[in-house]
Amino acid sequence: MSNPVPPQSSPPRHVALFVTCLVDLFRPSIGFAAVKLLEEAGCTVDVPAAQVCCGQPAYNSGDRATTRRIARQVVDAFEGYDAVVVPSGSCGGMLSHHYPGLFDDEPALKVRAERFAARTFELITFLVDVLGISRLPAHYQGIVTYHDSCSGLRELGVKHQPRRLLAAVDGLTLREMSTPEVCCGFGGTFCVKYPEISNAMVAEKAADIAATGADTLLAGDLGCLMNMAGKLKRQGSPIRVRHVAEVLADMSRNAAIGEPEDGR
Amino acid sequence: MQSTAHDFKGNVGAALADPNLQDSLAKLKTGFSERRRQAAERLPEFEALRDRARDIKNHALANLDFYLEEFERKVTALGGQVHWAPTAEDARRIIADLCRGVGARTIAKSKSMVAEEIGLNEHLEALGIAPIETDLGEYIIQLRREPPSHIIAPAVHLTKDQVADTFLEHHSRLGFTRRLTERNDLVAEARQVLRQKFLDADVGLTGANFLVAETGSSMLVTNEGNADLSNTLPRMHIVLASIEKVIPTLEDAAVLLRVLARSATGQESSAYTTLNTGPRRPGDLDGPERYHVVLLDNGRSSVLGTEMQDMLRCIRCGACMNHCPVYGAIGGHAYGWVYPGPIGAVLTPQLIGVEEAGDLPNASTFCGRCESVCPVRIPLPRLMRHWREREFERHLTPRAVRQGLALWAYLARRPRLYRAVTGIANRALALLGRSDGRFGTLPLAGGWTRYRDFPAPQPGGTFHAQWKRGRWNRGRWNRGQGSRKR
Amino acid sequence: MSGGPDEDRARILNGIRRSLQRGALTGDPRKAAEARLAEPPRGPAVARANLPPAERVELFCRWAELNNATVARVSAAEVPREVSAYLARNNLSAQAAMAPSPLLADFDWASQKMLSLRRGRAEASDQASVTGAFAGIAETGTLVMASGPDHPVTLNLLPDTHIVVLRENDIVGGYEDVWRRLRERYGKDCMPRTVNIITGPSRTGDIEQTIELGAHGPRRMHILVVRE
Repeated sequence: MSNPVPPQSSPPRHVALFVTCLVDLFRPSIGFAAVKLLEEAGCTVDVPAAQVCCGQPAYNSGDRATTRRIARQVVDAFEGYDAVVVPSGSCGGMLSHHYPGLFDDEPALKVRAERFAARTFELITFLVDVLGISRLPAHYQGIVTYHDSCSGLRELGVKHQPRRLLAAVDGLTLREMSTPEVCCGFGGTFCVKYPEISNAMVAEKAADIAATGADTLLAGDLGCLMNMAGKLKRQGSPIRVRHVAEVLADMSRNAAIGEPEDGR
Repeated sequence: MQSTAHDFKGNVGAALADPNLQDSLAKLKTGFSERRRQAAERLPEFEALRDRARDIKNHALANLDFYLEEFERKVTALGGQVHWAPTAEDARRIIADLCRGVGARTIAKSKSMVAEEIGLNEHLEALGIAPIETDLGEYIIQLRREPPSHIIAPAVHLTKDQVADTFLEHHSRLGFTRRLTERNDLVAEARQVLRQKFLDADVGLTGANFLVAETGSSMLVTNEGNADLSNTLPRMHIVLASIEKVIPTLEDAAVLLRVLARSATGQESSAYTTLNTGPRRPGDLDGPERYHVVLLDNGRSSVLGTEMQDMLRCIRCGACMNHCPVYGAIGGHAYGWVYPGPIGAVLTPQLIGVEEAGDLPNASTFCGRCESVCPVRIPLPRLMRHWREREFERHLTPRAVRQGLALWAYLARRPRLYRAVTGIANRALALLGRSDGRFGTLPLAGGWTRYRDFPAPQPGGTFHAQWKRGRWNRGRWNRGQGSRKR
Repeated sequence: MSGGPDEDRARILNGIRRSLQRGALTGDPRKAAEARLAEPPRGPAVARANLPPAERVELFCRWAELNNATVARVSAAEVPREVSAYLARNNLSAQAAMAPSPLLADFDWASQKMLSLRRGRAEASDQASVTGAFAGIAETGTLVMASGPDHPVTLNLLPDTHIVVLRENDIVGGYEDVWRRLRERYGKDCMPRTVNIITGPSRTGDIEQTIELGAHGPRRMHILVVRE
């Protein structure tokens, strides 16, 4: 396997975590897993207090003015770090692929947004492609299937990196779906604006997941995970759903997504 | 055709409840994408060809007036005639006049999305001229009085049994009274019925995949051979094409052909690629005596030079819909007008208005699979987003969405207030959802909980609250599966 | 609505120019476009369209068969016998419409006493046709038919069975080689009226996405590749 970005001789040390609103509100353990992975890789991690959201809800609803205001706020909040790391391909894609285009008519801001974009990374690609990590001291007993979340896959090229790290996890067996690259039907506001279509999509995804015989579903985006977990739980499926960072950080003892903390 | 795009949600409901459609879509989702993948893998130069295809179309669009005039000059020099139709109505009038000029009673018509766009069949029928669709899929849906549901596979929504019933109903008066059950028999019967129509037709009407400026040729790509019979047997051949179909040279056509069939059906090449240049020549034993090309604008020229221009690169291969999970769930008819799928979601608002078709660019998760397979690399999600921006600017976005966004934006720009609100929400939801770890119903989230459970937040507060409380409790989180084996 | 053909034409062309924020194409951009038409640049080279002659013929045959045609490699002397034999093998009557081409006239058709050939265009009643081909394209196993008095288009389309006689020397690598040969033969400014570029027999996938052969054109295509 080849890395698109060669590991740097002196990797970025001072890293800011962009938590994402869903991780903040619903599943802080993903954020802590990210902190643990980064710290154990030798980084110093900060969590800038002024961060809120990347702006996707406004951006994808056509509200460009609000998006720009939020983007400015984010760029300001993350000034001065070697790298900005995001445990989400979707928010990561927003920061690194869409921010610069928001400021086409403001050259000074555009330059800043481009610099910001260039040092923003999705968590797993940062570990593998930038820090050059190829295995982590994690243990997970189970058969795992991995869903490729759309923005991470198509905007950021997240594909082999999580699989490479998962393959090295002690006790873990990876079993692929027939179509791991097909959207789960989440799509942010899409899933509530067009619930019937979203349901048809996630129902098909759930069937594909179940057909693998895996006991665990992993992905790199909490939005997709909540959608798929919600469907699997509604169907009464015993499949556990987690963010890939939880397993890689060896922090998989807490309840899986959509399950009670005390266990069964 | 009458648009139902304004009732997109109603159409979606009907589509999801149609078992025949769902069976057909299940097949489409795996078939086309797998065949395209294999075809692309067999040609190592495929990605470079896509880049070049994009560049060729961009060049043609940047010089569109020049190449159209060159094309016209060449057609005229070889005895053909070019007609310019600014609007759909102009194109209908021009074609009707040409047909009436030769006293046409029937027209052998080869599949043309532009003809669907301008509602040509209805117009000709009203004038007493019978257009007969000769592409098998188009023929089937013409008998059923349905619109196409896919740009290259118009009857893809139907099952064999539905086709059998349709043929029995319409062919029995022609002496075909047995209900057929095998596909090859259905194809053979349609061949037999349509063969006579070709021989009787006064005019052959086809679309064009490309217009080659260098030679004045129209280029058509098909598999059945119906387009070739349509442009060979009748005494007049009319080509109906939109202006963005013009490309500079045959070399450019070679590049585009290499990506077209592979993207569309996964074939190395379609069975028939035909270049037509003018009418029958002296000494020819067959071919049409007259050759006309009708160039349709219908709003396309106004898209040039705008942020939407990229949509004009489209070569109508259908790969975007073959790979779209939304199309795969609802099929083509739900989109409500001629062009379905991702390309329809950007073209339709342009052609019939964003007020009518505003749902289409919104009904996408922006998964990006369409862009990843588009042979001319049209950034379809970006174009859909541009439509959403135009809707937002023009206050066409639903009020509830706007209000929700405004509230969220107010909070998102005030981190401390945001933390207070999310802190309360987090604690309330975590407490309420503690016993199950999820909700079966939740106020204001009916769209979600109708079909899925809603995962409850982890207990212990938001990430930011915990972080602020003194970084994080390593003892609490820093544990693997440990001894807690399942 | 309409102000006549000239005004419609001007309306479209001016609309394009207005959107592109320029007048009619002039100066260097125009020269560049004219040069592009005069000397068409080729797209990315495709390796399999650029093979040496022997491999080229092999590739042609392989793709033609993958596209549901049948292929027979024969000498010139064997052509008439193979045509008869093909019809017999497929239980078809020993008659065909044949292109009135001087190239086909050279074969010793008289040797096939049972074979009845009518030279001319195809009629609806013809069950088989025999034609030459302007070229074969190795890249995809494709045939190129140029229309003219010696090659009526109907022969490619109407009969159920199409038998094609193709000389090895006429098998080229890719489309670009065909364009070059067309320009050499017919002149840059005069394409034949119809160029049929045909890959295998007619087919449709319009019923349940399953391929059936013989939708409207020939169900069977047999290619005689003639050794030089």
